[in-house]
Amino acid sequence: MLPRSADVALGSRASPRTARIHLLSVSSDLLERYQDDLYLVKGATGWLTVAALLVGLVALPFFLPKVGLGYLLFIAILMAANVIVAVGLNMLVGFTGLISLGHAGFVAIGAYASGLLAAKFGLPWYAAWIGAAVITAGFGFLVGLPALRLTGPYLAIATLGFGIAVYQVLVNWTALSGGRTGLPVQQLSFGIAGLTATQQLYYVAAGAAVVLSWVGYNLARSHVGRALAAIRDSDIAAEVTGVNLLWYKTLAFAISAAYAGIAGAIIAQALRHLEPQSFTFLESITYFAMIVIGGLGTVSGAIIGAVILTLLPHYLSGLRQWLPIFYGAAIILMMMVEPRGIYGRWVRIKMYFKAWPL
Amino acid sequence: MTQLAQYLVGGLATGSLYALVALGVVLLYRSSRVLNFAHGDIATLGTFVAFTLLGRKLPFSLAITGGLAAAALVGVLFFFFVLRPAKEASLLGKIVLTLGLALVLSGAVQVVWGTDTLVFPFPLSDTRVHRIGQVVVSETSLGTIVTGIVLMTLLYVLVQGTKIGLAMRAVAQNADAAQALGIPARKIYALTWALAAALGGAAGVLLAPVVYLDPFMMLDPFLKGFAAAVMGGMDSLPGAVLGGFLLGIAESVFAGYISFKFKTTMAFAVIILVLLVRPEGLLGRVYHRRV
Repeated sequence: MLPRSADVALGSRASPRTARIHLLSVSSDLLERYQDDLYLVKGATGWLTVAALLVGLVALPFFLPKVGLGYLLFIAILMAANVIVAVGLNMLVGFTGLISLGHAGFVAIGAYASGLLAAKFGLPWYAAWIGAAVITAGFGFLVGLPALRLTGPYLAIATLGFGIAVYQVLVNWTALSGGRTGLPVQQLSFGIAGLTATQQLYYVAAGAAVVLSWVGYNLARSHVGRALAAIRDSDIAAEVTGVNLLWYKTLAFAISAAYAGIAGAIIAQALRHLEPQSFTFLESITYFAMIVIGGLGTVSGAIIGAVILTLLPHYLSGLRQWLPIFYGAAIILMMMVEPRGIYGRWVRIKMYFKAWPL
Repeated sequence: MTQLAQYLVGGLATGSLYALVALGVVLLYRSSRVLNFAHGDIATLGTFVAFTLLGRKLPFSLAITGGLAAAALVGVLFFFFVLRPAKEASLLGKIVLTLGLALVLSGAVQVVWGTDTLVFPFPLSDTRVHRIGQVVVSETSLGTIVTGIVLMTLLYVLVQGTKIGLAMRAVAQNADAAQALGIPARKIYALTWALAAALGGAAGVLLAPVVYLDPFMMLDPFLKGFAAAVMGGMDSLPGAVLGGFLLGIAESVFAGYISFKFKTTMAFAVIILVLLVRPEGLLGRVYHRRV
């Protein structure tokens, strides 16, 4: 069975103690049959958790104003966008083991593409968003091509260069982007009656986040996810066993980019005003931090990381200048103490009690 | 013709900066396979420390030495307290660690020195110029080129001509074997970190009179230097120098003749093209990987 956790990507220490834990943490549960590994949601508790989460997401816009936190709805929209980027990025970094330090570039392309498609061609929102996803997927495919030949530092610099290039083009190609002054984005109508514009956007964004996360979970446990994990663990071995590297590596980039593109479309609608400064190298690093802190190689980890790193800057806004230090220290600590992230630690705790007294 | 020569001189000046940055990156990568994303921020920190020391009325040479020493110290501390405890992390894990350091350092510089731009008092002037034929060379460019070449020569002598250099090469080639032969690999790693960080700091100080001091001043040169290192081949020191100068000159010529605004975009496009043709860089060795 292929390890699902990011052990191999991060090089776990091969002491007997961790070896045992590794065996247990292959999936988030003690497995007795192969079928156990195929369930998306397992048991009554699993379904209850999912149902509670969904109900919570639906009720949020009505609940928040009641407790005087109505402004948090905007944060929730950004959170949905970040969750989508993180899940997509994790598919590339955590599952496939390909590094991308330029994901803000994909988000930027999605944001500008959706804005321009809606403004210039008068497309309805869903068409503009799908168009944005397709366009970013195309760029992802293009960036994925060098990934066939490049590994490690070389790929890191290529993707980083892509992110910088997108930013530079946006700053300098004023006809396209409005330059440094920015591009106003018209408000799209989602056609949900009886709701304010923010509430409508929230439902669309949260819906997209849920659906795309679900796709992510499913992809991870399908043959595609296993092919990606095989590439991460050893691309030569994967190729020998019949994984088409050309197809799966570019596919990973394209999917990851399409996720970022949808998130960009959401961000464009939320901010209603796009400027290149929203998509800098620092943003790419923040996305990277999300999946590292949450847990590389698991969809749940990406979601957790995105939620935490969206809420933190909001609650620490008084300490804004300390934020980079905090992020950096958190990343370093996380890598040293728990390379599998918060979710990995949670799984370990759960396993400890499940396997107790072993 | 004069114009081209003028662009070439400008390219040589920026190129020597890129080469210095690239050398630091390559030194670390070939010895310990660490891709140091904090290189630029270590350099920025060193430059700011030098700036503060200058403000305390220290002589220029002492202040610069202090700045470089601070950069080297950060590098060594990071090696001993972060990288060594996590030594079995894979390539991706190490990248993540240095990214963390980069965030911490750039945050610290912002907190301590603020985000306003500061003017670095430098003994060489950008407005005083020398003429070589019809080509105009500013004092800073000349100083940058000369310092860059001197530092590169010193590094060459150190790596190729001394016992320490021999040990560094041995550790880079095979750390376990080197250790078995009695070379203190850990000390050599620490020394490599110090050297690389100090080289970065030197690049930062040389850059300081051209741009103003601000917490993100090294971001662009670092990315370019990094790219130059990748273009030259990550495990080749001559490759880093070649990549640095090539990138600097290409950028300067492109900015002069075609478009100033898109010079960074061009730089990365060229690098990606070079990598597509030679994935191991211009002077890098081809690895035959095994499963």
